[in-house]
Amino acid sequence: MTFKTLLFALVGVSSGLAVGVGAYTFVYAQGASYLVNNPASCANCHVMQEHYDGWMKSGHRHVATCNDCHTPHALIPKYLVKAENGFWHSFYFTTGNYPDHIQARPISRSVTEAACRRCHEDITEAIAGHDFMSATAESVSCIKCHREVGHPK
Amino acid sequence: MSSSPDNATELPRRKVFTRLALTIAFFALAAVAGLALLTNILERKSEAKNPFFRVVELTDDTTDPAVWGKNFPLQYDDYMRTVDQVRTRFGGSEALPRTPTDADPRSIVTQSKIEEDPRLKKMWAGYAFSIDFREERGHAYMLEDQRLTERQSVGQPGACLNCHASTYVAHKNAGDGDVVKGFSVVNKMPYAEATQLVEHPVACIDCHDSQTMALRITRPAFMEGIANFKAHQGIENYDVNKDATRQEMRSFVCAQCHVEYYFKGTEKRLTYPWHNGIKAEEILGYYDEVGFKDWTHKETGAPALKAQHPEFELWSQGIHARSGVSCADCHMPYKREGAHKISDHHVRSPMLNVNRACQSCHTVSEKDLLDRVETIQANTWETRERAMDALMHLVDDIKAAMAAGWSDTDLAAARDFQRKAQFLFDFVEAENSVGFHAPQEAVRILSLSIDYSRQGQMTLRPLGARPVTTTAEFAPISLPTPSSE
Repeated sequence: MTFKTLLFALVGVSSGLAVGVGAYTFVYAQGASYLVNNPASCANCHVMQEHYDGWMKSGHRHVATCNDCHTPHALIPKYLVKAENGFWHSFYFTTGNYPDHIQARPISRSVTEAACRRCHEDITEAIAGHDFMSATAESVSCIKCHREVGHPK
Repeated sequence: MSSSPDNATELPRRKVFTRLALTIAFFALAAVAGLALLTNILERKSEAKNPFFRVVELTDDTTDPAVWGKNFPLQYDDYMRTVDQVRTRFGGSEALPRTPTDADPRSIVTQSKIEEDPRLKKMWAGYAFSIDFREERGHAYMLEDQRLTERQSVGQPGACLNCHASTYVAHKNAGDGDVVKGFSVVNKMPYAEATQLVEHPVACIDCHDSQTMALRITRPAFMEGIANFKAHQGIENYDVNKDATRQEMRSFVCAQCHVEYYFKGTEKRLTYPWHNGIKAEEILGYYDEVGFKDWTHKETGAPALKAQHPEFELWSQGIHARSGVSCADCHMPYKREGAHKISDHHVRSPMLNVNRACQSCHTVSEKDLLDRVETIQANTWETRERAMDALMHLVDDIKAAMAAGWSDTDLAAARDFQRKAQFLFDFVEAENSVGFHAPQEAVRILSLSIDYSRQGQMTLRPLGARPVTTTAEFAPISLPTPSSE
């Protein structure tokens, strides 16, 4: 029984430590801020500081936050994308293994492309026709020419 | 039978033990991972505060970059990496082994350009560059390679040091505190004597003010050269250290050396020939005006010129300069060190650093960007080859005319065309970007060179000069192999 008690105590202490350290890290790293819509949290780890500064100067600031252009609008896909991006962002920032000038992945571009087309439906429909909601349509891309609307340099 | 109850109790106990051990190990690992992450975040957060520690006091006489490096370790580490020798498709250098001698202790040198392309030897016949001319290495080697080049055998002046050593303090000392005065003194000294005054290749103090770290111009030749150029544009009394913008300075500090120049008169005063402008033919016009020649061509007797490395002049004619992009933007792009942002002091080809050098502005894939550059360079290379061949034909024709007994008066026009064709060709050849710094300008200069070579041949037409090919067939040019091979 003493052996069992010892083991029980060890499990208790170690799991307590893990949970405690994890919780502290979560709070210290402002983890909760990532669950809401505040654009400042995207610049938490400095990498996006220039993008944040740019957004602050853009006209879009009055109508759109980071999530409006960089995550889907439906609730479940939105949090799936947030989770996936969040994982990779923290992974790359922690390992330091990412290019200084970050490159949007094709999937991220298609999310943004869809966001343009959703808000500017009247215009984009006239340009791209019935295909206008298809973010993968290679023929016309909003952000190829208007890449600086959200983050002017 | 009696042992079975024991086994029954022992087996679950072992299982319990294993499970508990695994659970402990799991949580222990989780705790370690959590702490590691926490430490990493802590580190990034403290880096983001960007502290600066003044470890040593720097003065206007601190030449040794290692001392500056104590206050600026990140920049210093990068600066030390200019020893790297890497080849790109059209540039860079290869490290070739060499047997050291007493006179030259180098165990590694770069490939010889004049052995690779004997046409260069012919172009420089009778000049020091036909003795020894190799691919350039990084900034770290500038002084060593200059001290040991076989070109020293012809006797060089101290003026050469301006761009191969950290001369700021040496100039100041030689002029009793007056840099411009010291510059005049050191220029005319014999190289062997002048080189005793310096210790390091270009160092921190050559571009930075020791107190503010602001960029500043330390080379009198550039102060005078840019003032002459500004005067030509109608701006009088231009003082580069007062009048230049910060972004201009990020090119001007490089332009203290990466330019065309000559040694003026017996004073050997290092002079940038920008009095009529900085385009190739404007520089050529200035040389004609002052009647300068570097040497007399050994095979043809032409009063020849050697172009140096006019990176600044060519870049000035290009799209990047017009767009306000400085030398440092591509060759010393901003980089991340943890959460610090510094400018990269590992000065090198942007082709080795495409993400930072190009992708800050160009949202195109790395491969596409490399392809674009190589297309420009291949086009320049092809035109260069044709210009070089045209020049060789002119040299051969002048030699033939001399052998046929033409007089100096009859040959004067052809020799003048050779001088000009050769300088224009060399302007692009000696410039380190194979045309990239200003693609259309480079090809324009080369086309002018080809035209001069052919016009020079035409002045010899009574001799019966004929084109090398009898039909207008297209002769393909062989290019260097891609860098990936």
